[in-house]
Amino acid sequence: MNRTTHPILSMVLSRLGLGLLSLVIVSLVIFSAVSFLPGSYAAAILGQNATPEAVAAMERQLGLDQPWALRYASWLATAATGDLGMSFSGRPVVDVIGPRLANTLTLAAITAAIAVPLAIGLGIACARWRGRLIDRVLSTTTLASISVPEFFVAYVVMMIFAVKLQLLPSMAGIRNGMDFGEQLIRMILPILTLLLVILAHMLRNTRAAILSVMASPYVEMARLKGEPEARVVMRQALPNAIGPIASVVAINLAYLISGVVVIEVVFVYPGVGQAMIDAVRNRDVPVIQACALIFAAAYIGFNLLADILSIVSNPRLLHPR
Amino acid sequence: MNDSIATPSAIPGRLTRARRALAGAPLTARFGMVVVLAYVIVAVFAPFIAPYGEVEVVSRVPFDAWSAAHPLGTDQLGRDFLSRLIFGARNSISIALATTLISFALGCLTGMFSALAGGIVDQVLSRFVDALMSVPDLIFILMILSIFGSSVPNLILIIAVLTSTRFFRISRAAALNITSLDFVEAAKVRGETLLWIAVHEVFPNILPLMLSELGMRFCFIFLSIAALSFLGVGIQPPTAEWGSMVRDNAALFSMGDITPLIPAASIAFLAIAVNFVVDWLLSRASGLQDEV
Repeated sequence: MNRTTHPILSMVLSRLGLGLLSLVIVSLVIFSAVSFLPGSYAAAILGQNATPEAVAAMERQLGLDQPWALRYASWLATAATGDLGMSFSGRPVVDVIGPRLANTLTLAAITAAIAVPLAIGLGIACARWRGRLIDRVLSTTTLASISVPEFFVAYVVMMIFAVKLQLLPSMAGIRNGMDFGEQLIRMILPILTLLLVILAHMLRNTRAAILSVMASPYVEMARLKGEPEARVVMRQALPNAIGPIASVVAINLAYLISGVVVIEVVFVYPGVGQAMIDAVRNRDVPVIQACALIFAAAYIGFNLLADILSIVSNPRLLHPR
Repeated sequence: MNDSIATPSAIPGRLTRARRALAGAPLTARFGMVVVLAYVIVAVFAPFIAPYGEVEVVSRVPFDAWSAAHPLGTDQLGRDFLSRLIFGARNSISIALATTLISFALGCLTGMFSALAGGIVDQVLSRFVDALMSVPDLIFILMILSIFGSSVPNLILIIAVLTSTRFFRISRAAALNITSLDFVEAAKVRGETLLWIAVHEVFPNILPLMLSELGMRFCFIFLSIAALSFLGVGIQPPTAEWGSMVRDNAALFSMGDITPLIPAASIAFLAIAVNFVVDWLLSRASGLQDEV
């Protein structure tokens, strides 16, 4: 059988196929949502004073007289080439979102680069000294901080560092003209906020992943052999917990997506999240569609990554009962 | 926790067992319960506690400082901040609670139905839920609200449907373990309807698990609605809501005034309290407290 020669490869391929399928379903939902828009799409572009003739002409120009399935196919085809259509404000959607996407990616990448090692390190520390002071303090504070709204964290951070201490600018409105150092300084507060929000989730999950491995018989055995606790955690528990931890990290990066929307609005950071909120307020449907597609693709991608990582690290999952 | 499952053989009454469970609760859980109770009292008796009306303009000075007449000052339109905070408790909590209960009923019923029916029905329902869950909630909500407009019924309905996917997953998985048991088989043989079996045989057995999920989801919905209102697309003015109060008064931050942080802190405080209680319920349901 061909399957048995490369079980992992075929699994990864089938997962990729499933991911692609859910992306197609999501794009279908996003596309068909427009047809529920009260009133006609063309009338919405032209505004209230449009004559019926103008609306009809606009519908022809946009291809709205075509059958639904054909429109979906052509929308998907042009979206795949990077052309996301025109926004209601008259600019191409790519011009509206493109530079903002770069800003959001920078923000997310820097946050992830700091958050991942820190969360794993602290999670290991909690598991190592389980029930001691550091574990109790971190467990309680993280439980508290996962239930705090993102904008609360953002404003507290802003209050302390920008208003009271006057160390950093409170608004993160970066522009292209600024040099990178200046941009970086303005990004410190949003990054700090995102870190606080995401760290708690990651740390709790890392701790739980290691603790569930700590209940295994081979960990007991290592302890009975008289190995020091630090060695038991690092040599026995951690390698076996890598899979769950990796998937936890990927899921939390997906969680970053909804956090980034709120935090961009608080700090007036010119990113995709802010663009989406502006588009929702103006009902600028093409921009909303594009933003939703980007966020959904990132979300599906991270969840897919989590899925694959957990199976690769634990081949037993290849054979579900 | 188990007090809602009536077993005839249990010698101590429900009340006794509930009291015992409470006595064994950790400090964090007791603290959480007291806080939740306080919020509920404020929400229920809001019109009697608040010094002024919800949308009553009481001062000509917007953003007035704290004073004896207006303990927390006034907001951007000169309305009493404390009164709006108190009415906000009522609006925020009742809307979140209604959403949670609708999604709980919807998710549990479909989940148990899916598990009991099995076969192609189960497959179709499960795949549909998978598809719904593969879009980030906030993005989905934003998209749908931008199309249908944000009114309170729309908000409740959208969030309830999206959240019911979580209840569906858990209740289906829990119900699958129950459906193979003898008493469910017996009920099927007796010719009971699926709905009757779901409500009378399966539901009482998965309730402990679902209750902790209920608390967790309440927090999640509560925070989502606050975030949406903060973004200006959730509950619309003039209704007092904690998320939009933060947004409307955010100008005060730059002057170093912490008043707009109070509604945000109120949100956080309630969510933390509920989470403390849920954490305790969860560890009781999974029997973890014996192990630690």
